[in-house]
Amino acid sequence: MEKFTRLTAIAAPLLRINIDTDAIIPSREMKRVSKKGLSEGLFAGWRYQSPGSRAENPDFILNREPYRKAQILLSGINFGCGSSREHAVWALHEWGIRAIIAPSFGSIFQGNCVRNGIVPVILDNAVVEALARKVEADAENFRLTVDLTTCTVATPDGKSWSFSIPGADREMLLEGLDSIAVTLKRDAEILAYRERDRSRRPWIYLPEGHSK
Amino acid sequence: MGQTIIDKLWAEHTVADLGDGATLLYIDRIFLHERTGSVALKGLEAAGHAVRHPEQVFCTMDHIVDTTPGRTDDTRMPGGREFITSTRTSAIAAGIHLFDLGDDRQGIVHVVSPEQGIALPGVTLVCPDSHTCTLGGLGALAWGIGSTEAEHALATKTLAVRKPRSMRIRFEGQLGPGVYAKDLILHLISRFGASGGTGYAIEFAGAAIRALPIEARFTLCNMAVEFGAWTGIVAPDESTFEYVRGRPFAPGPETWDEAVAHWRTLASDPDATFDREIEIDCNTLGPHITWGTSPQHGGSIGDAVPDPAAEPDNNRRQSMQRALEYMGLAPGTSLEGLPISAAFIGSCTNSRISDLREAARLLRGHKVAAGVKAICVPGSSQVKKAAEAEGLDRIFRDAGFEWRESGCSMCFYAGGESFGLEERVVSSTNRNFENRQGPRTRTHLASPATVVASAIAGSLADVRKLKGG
Repeated sequence: MEKFTRLTAIAAPLLRINIDTDAIIPSREMKRVSKKGLSEGLFAGWRYQSPGSRAENPDFILNREPYRKAQILLSGINFGCGSSREHAVWALHEWGIRAIIAPSFGSIFQGNCVRNGIVPVILDNAVVEALARKVEADAENFRLTVDLTTCTVATPDGKSWSFSIPGADREMLLEGLDSIAVTLKRDAEILAYRERDRSRRPWIYLPEGHSK
Repeated sequence: MGQTIIDKLWAEHTVADLGDGATLLYIDRIFLHERTGSVALKGLEAAGHAVRHPEQVFCTMDHIVDTTPGRTDDTRMPGGREFITSTRTSAIAAGIHLFDLGDDRQGIVHVVSPEQGIALPGVTLVCPDSHTCTLGGLGALAWGIGSTEAEHALATKTLAVRKPRSMRIRFEGQLGPGVYAKDLILHLISRFGASGGTGYAIEFAGAAIRALPIEARFTLCNMAVEFGAWTGIVAPDESTFEYVRGRPFAPGPETWDEAVAHWRTLASDPDATFDREIEIDCNTLGPHITWGTSPQHGGSIGDAVPDPAAEPDNNRRQSMQRALEYMGLAPGTSLEGLPISAAFIGSCTNSRISDLREAARLLRGHKVAAGVKAICVPGSSQVKKAAEAEGLDRIFRDAGFEWRESGCSMCFYAGGESFGLEERVVSSTNRNFENRQGPRTRTHLASPATVVASAIAGSLADVRKLKGG
């Protein structure tokens, strides 16, 4: 997985509440069994003029300069609620987003972000709105810095805000860890659990080799 | 200090404490479907990992398959065949249980899972699908995950999880006529918001929940995710044990008593404390319906469309304004009597045999109003078979409903079927998001009973006013 340490980039304010993963990538845009090729479908319902078309809606923020180069999104509460589709995160990442700043996130979406190199940054709504106002005044120059080593968001006028992120999520992002490899280091503990549990809850264990 | 049911299940499934609030939890059951499971199985193959204990892993076809009669691997959704064939190939190679097209166990994952005895009280069960929380209705610790987490669960039989905060919601009193589990959860979300449960695992309790049949508990827990919750759960009781007994993958006679004895311990202790408690009086609730594009945009069927100008919170006001524009509604419009062009019964929320029985009971002797496209999609092949054995399909067909093969169908639009631009649909599903059921389609979420009453009236209707309702 791609590592994340520190990023200074253009931020795009998309200050709506409850932006769901159907809006981030509609089901009809998930066309292949693949984690790639999804950025074209990002925000398709808002980004294009009509369903199925690829004619850009000039009013949508990510279709405007300088936001076409944005790597940070600012949004409202409960960003990424709804469907578990990881395609939402794959589409955002492929499009270029590396950090999302919002007051809260859908919980599955938040987990999907840290497994794909995107930092979910939680800041108070008032701070997000204040940042958005500053960005809108001069997005090209008022770039935000997300620093995962210090867990801060900083602005060019010298202000900064701390955010908290669970230690394991931070480490996964900073190190670009493969979570399966990390867990398999504890294989002896997993096997021991299974042995213990099997005598305690035998009904959980289905016959092996009978799958059909 | 006493433990909550979540505390008990957490402790029981702990493989290792990872520190900083994270736990490595053992996963008893994994379920996959062709939409998101396909990419997880393929990712696992690409990484060179095998599925550990494939006998505990299940897969069904529900999201992309057509629900029209005579369906094949070809789908109305462009490119659907690849999802179906890729899932089949990977599932067979991995040696997991596959409920393929044509298998009489096929159906919507969260309908099939308890129906086959795969979800059980006290198990940990995950699926790359947000509505996995449905299985909390049996007292399972079940939650939705992403595809990458699914790969982790398949390869290791564990997941690293941070323990959510605890909330108990007591539904007290009795449900009045025309009021169902769907109305309870819609009420909860409209009152406390679509992120009211964010960060929490929720225990649903109280007299009204104890009185709910198991399938209604699935409906309730199904939409815990629409409340923002990590999951929802109802402590198992005698109704649960009766529901589980004899199902194909449930414990057989040799372990049944031992299992039930264990399941009886799965209740929150009387002195357990929760981070948050909410109590709701069910005696005063009527049928609910949504008017906007978030499950929190809802109210009683007798309500008028609210005026965003009266909403003090700026973000909520803007969200309401946007929703009303999308829905083609003006503030003050009465919800009851709003003309509809379609009615849908189906989805993991409300497509089980008890839903279809109640819908058919209300529908008997009535006709769907002229100009309303009405569709019923049973939740599983087993539900369809049972409904047909009882003659329910005849009631639906005679009234003017299409009767379909099982699957997720028009709960969401994947490029195949939709209800059409700006068409107004009353739907027993779980999400009224913009474009969810089709480009610019306008969805009103409600119970199957309200869907039936509205289909008959040709407009959003109060089921309590329906003859026989």
